[in-house]
Amino acid sequence: MKILVCISKVPDTTTKISFVDNDTKFNEDKVQFIVNPYDEWYALVRALELTEKQGGTITIINVGPADNDQIIRKALAIGANDSVRIDGNSNESFYVASQIAEYAKTQGYDIVMTGKETIDYNGAEVGGMIAELMGVPYVSHASTLDVDGGKATMKRNIEGGYETVEVTGTFVVSCQKGMAEARIPNMRGIMAARTKPLTIVAPVNVAQLTSIKVFTLPPAKAAVKLISPDNVAELVNLLHTEAKVI
Amino acid sequence: MARTDLFQAPDYYLVDDLLTDEQKLIRDSVRAWVKKEVSPIIEEACQTATFPKHLIKGLASVGAFGPYIPTEYGGAGLDQISYGLIMQELERGDSGIRSTASVQSSLVMYPIFTYGSEEQKRKYLPKLAAGEMMGCFGLTEPDHGSNPNGMITNFKDAGDHVILNGAKMWISNAPFADIAVVWAKNEHGVIHGLVVERGMEGFTTPETHGKWSLRASATGELVFDNVKVPKENIFPNVKGLKGPLGCLNSARYGISWGVIGAAMDCYDAALRYSKQRIQFGKPIGAFQLQQKKLAEMITEITKAQLLSWRLGVLKNEHRATPQQISMAKRNNVNMALEITRNARQMLGGMGITGEYPIMRHMMNLESVVTYEGTHDIHLLITGMDVTGFNAFE
Ligand SMILES: Cc1cc2nc3c(=O)[nH]c(=O)nc-3n(C[C@H](O)[C@H](O)[C@H](O)COP(=O)(O)OP(=O)(O)OC[C@H]3O[C@@H](n4cnc5c(N)ncnc54)[C@H](O)[C@@H]3O)c2cc1C
Repeated sequence: MKILVCISKVPDTTTKISFVDNDTKFNEDKVQFIVNPYDEWYALVRALELTEKQGGTITIINVGPADNDQIIRKALAIGANDSVRIDGNSNESFYVASQIAEYAKTQGYDIVMTGKETIDYNGAEVGGMIAELMGVPYVSHASTLDVDGGKATMKRNIEGGYETVEVTGTFVVSCQKGMAEARIPNMRGIMAARTKPLTIVAPVNVAQLTSIKVFTLPPAKAAVKLISPDNVAELVNLLHTEAKVI
Repeated sequence: MARTDLFQAPDYYLVDDLLTDEQKLIRDSVRAWVKKEVSPIIEEACQTATFPKHLIKGLASVGAFGPYIPTEYGGAGLDQISYGLIMQELERGDSGIRSTASVQSSLVMYPIFTYGSEEQKRKYLPKLAAGEMMGCFGLTEPDHGSNPNGMITNFKDAGDHVILNGAKMWISNAPFADIAVVWAKNEHGVIHGLVVERGMEGFTTPETHGKWSLRASATGELVFDNVKVPKENIFPNVKGLKGPLGCLNSARYGISWGVIGAAMDCYDAALRYSKQRIQFGKPIGAFQLQQKKLAEMITEITKAQLLSWRLGVLKNEHRATPQQISMAKRNNVNMALEITRNARQMLGGMGITGEYPIMRHMMNLESVVTYEGTHDIHLLITGMDVTGFNAFE
């Protein structure tokens, strides 16, 4: 089984978000970056579980600059076999998906796995676009994945229940919570990652279809209004006229 | 009750920029492991004074045992800064857990690697690295602590073996260790190191009970009553006090990093608490007196980080002197102790309970400021280094 796991680099969940250049660019100063948790905890770890049981190899792919090598090394430390970085610099979904699809087409993967979304831009687009560009089926938001011979079965959480989906042949799946348990890299893995291959591939020419015009933060939290317990009328009035909840 | 570990490491001077990607990956992995495996159980382990033995496998797998020992002997072949960062993260969890790792790495694996024969290295190091075998280090005696040169534990030549007699006290890991690296004098009064194995006749390791500190670490005595130790267990490549002192240099360096972890944990807990606890209508962090404590804590942590980082660079270049190591051990342990005491006060009554890690760290550090050379002894080392006068005797 040949699996391609797509990972992206995102700000750590505790990052204080701010913007520069007239709110058109995310301010990366002092930001710690991590592997997108959906990619790492669910896609990568499930891929490992599958290949550990059934044999096979896992390749990590990332589209981004050399700074991203650190997150690729982490994925290798967790257990992937080798890795590819496509040396492009854009977060635009179509650009990223095109680069991955272009590469994946020629490599004969059985499964291409992504996280259900990244925790920064929350696009949830790349997986679907890769599938479309490769001309293969796409299953989104899967919370289980089992492979038996040439057939893969996935469970998707849908409103009020589950849907079980079956696919044969190459497919793309986006993974969410439930698929696996996060793994912590151990020392053996970290040492092995030093010598695992990281191939740098030049990006293909792809038009940027969208561009970000401006980022806007939600309004700052207003101060709490304290109303004395014997002023119920005032409380009701504010809930009605200001909070507009009654 | 298992508390939720909300720890977020401070990095006021962007010291992370001085680390390699691999060093950060190692640090973050150990941090994640501590959050998952140590934090949920450590409070109870301390309250009940039990060493959480089940952590040994995990400690081995995150590389806590002999990280700088070459890979051919089962170590990870890492540099000294990686070693320091591992100690920092373990001690962020608990000084007792860090102590177990320090002893195994610097006081057991280091001397076997540095002073041992090829057979000794092959026999012990891979198992020690894997946590399949645990070790302890016997230097301190009931009547000889700061002055180990006066030790009375001794061995006498008896053909293919020696006969070992004496007792060691305050020995970390002793109650469960499979082997002990023991320092003892021969007939000529010269100190040698030898490996004593559990099961050798006349060798016992009674546990020391009633500690108010390092309660999650097991401490005991090593008692040798005419123990026959094969000569091949004696380290061939060292004699004199420089044998144990070499080990202590390595461990003390690791401690200088370790205590930064304990300090960070207390600072982090106090900072969070100061933003949430309201008194007189304000978060207590809005009062100048509490800000003074927090501001001084982060200043001292930052200085300590830079001290240990620089010492790590010097160690990597084999240029760190024992005197420089003394300075870092003394300064950083004292800095951490001061921080735990101030953080404890900031939490008021809550700082007294096991709901928060602060008082546990505070009590642990009373051992850390005493073992591996007391606070006073390290001052005398610096004093002698700068003046040239020996004030020990
Ligand atoms: C929990 C714990 C674990 C330990 N683990 C180990 C271990 O694994 N292996 C091991 O070998 N040892 C271990 N030790 C022992 C530790 O290293 C000793 O306790 C330490 O070296 C101090 O020795 P002492 O207790 O005999 O104190 P002493 O040497 O009696 O010192 C008492 C006081 O006198 C001061 N003092 C001594 N000499 C002078 C001087 N010349 N000038 C001024 N002041 C002086 C000291 O600073 C101290 O304040 C451990 C100790 C503890 C508490």
